[in-house]
Amino acid sequence: MSLVSEGAELAGNRASSVDQGPSIASVGDYVALMKPRVMSLVVFTALVGIMIAPGHLHPVIGFTALLCIAVGAGAAGVLNMWYDADIDAVMRRTSARPIPQGRIAPGEALAFGIVLAAFAVGVLGLLVSWFAATLLAFTIFFYVAVYTAWLKRWTPQNIVIGGAAGAFPPVIGWVAVTGSISLEPCLLFLIIFCWTPPHFWSLSLVRADDYARARVPMLPVVAGLEETRRQILLYSIGLVPIGAAPWLFGYAHTIYGVTALLAGALMVTFAWRVRCECEGDRAERAAYDLFAFSILYLFVLFAVLLVEGSVIGRAM
Amino acid sequence: MDEKPKRIILSEEQKRSRRARSIAIALALGALAVLFYVVTLVKGPAVLNRPL
Repeated sequence: MSLVSEGAELAGNRASSVDQGPSIASVGDYVALMKPRVMSLVVFTALVGIMIAPGHLHPVIGFTALLCIAVGAGAAGVLNMWYDADIDAVMRRTSARPIPQGRIAPGEALAFGIVLAAFAVGVLGLLVSWFAATLLAFTIFFYVAVYTAWLKRWTPQNIVIGGAAGAFPPVIGWVAVTGSISLEPCLLFLIIFCWTPPHFWSLSLVRADDYARARVPMLPVVAGLEETRRQILLYSIGLVPIGAAPWLFGYAHTIYGVTALLAGALMVTFAWRVRCECEGDRAERAAYDLFAFSILYLFVLFAVLLVEGSVIGRAM
Repeated sequence: MDEKPKRIILSEEQKRSRRARSIAIALALGALAVLFYVVTLVKGPAVLNRPL
């Protein structure tokens, strides 16, 4: 397919989803717009930020903060799906989403996203902290305007820079408790920031044709599979000391340090397999394994921090 | 002029979807009201104190 006809197909997808009658969208469709799986990781990392922060936050206020961060993440997901409806329609992984399927009109999704974002930021500011609310508003803006509307279609470094949006939730959780930012939440930010590229690129390795069809300049499409595998390995190696940083800086106990180093070593091993297995099903399997393990990696690191922080107590 | 104004007749599926969405919105608004009420009880007079 030529680039011209691909462009026409993209434009056609955007236009065809505009003219619709009364909505048949279910509540589940609106929930799907909020990217619940992404929300779950956001909620978990934000919870860790809240739990390990020094100081006391009433459980009801803590729950409110967590709810607002979750809804804010959902709003960002909705606005992302609204803007990306044209490329979602031509990608196999995303073509079943509610907007490309015509179950929700783009205008409805836009209104839904704006309302959710306004409520999340407003309620967080009114009931918890305006500093945390400002950070949440910036995170939504960064994900929608900087990542989705600008970087994603412009540079293969899209998910490297855009990964910052996913790294903010634990910082927002921390700020909700303390009202300030220190080195510790910045380290949590860095862990997620450096974890994002190998996590996303391992998935994009097996979806490279999908991204090429949608004309999204992901690294495998622009720089090739070989270079992507090299970058995945480099970021995974860099992630080992960054993952262990909370322990190296004295913010976490030895249990966390050992866990982070072991998990980091496993992450590098999986990335090395991706680097070595370049052909056929084995290459695809290696990429999927790294993708799956990277989720486990982040979960384990934050879970250990959570347990240490709430059971053993803070290291410093 | 006997011309009747055009009306949109919803199908059963559309009616069901609309009802489910309306219930979801009502529940969300109710939950928001309860949240504000509980937070006011928890914070007491400090609910008016909103630090940056």
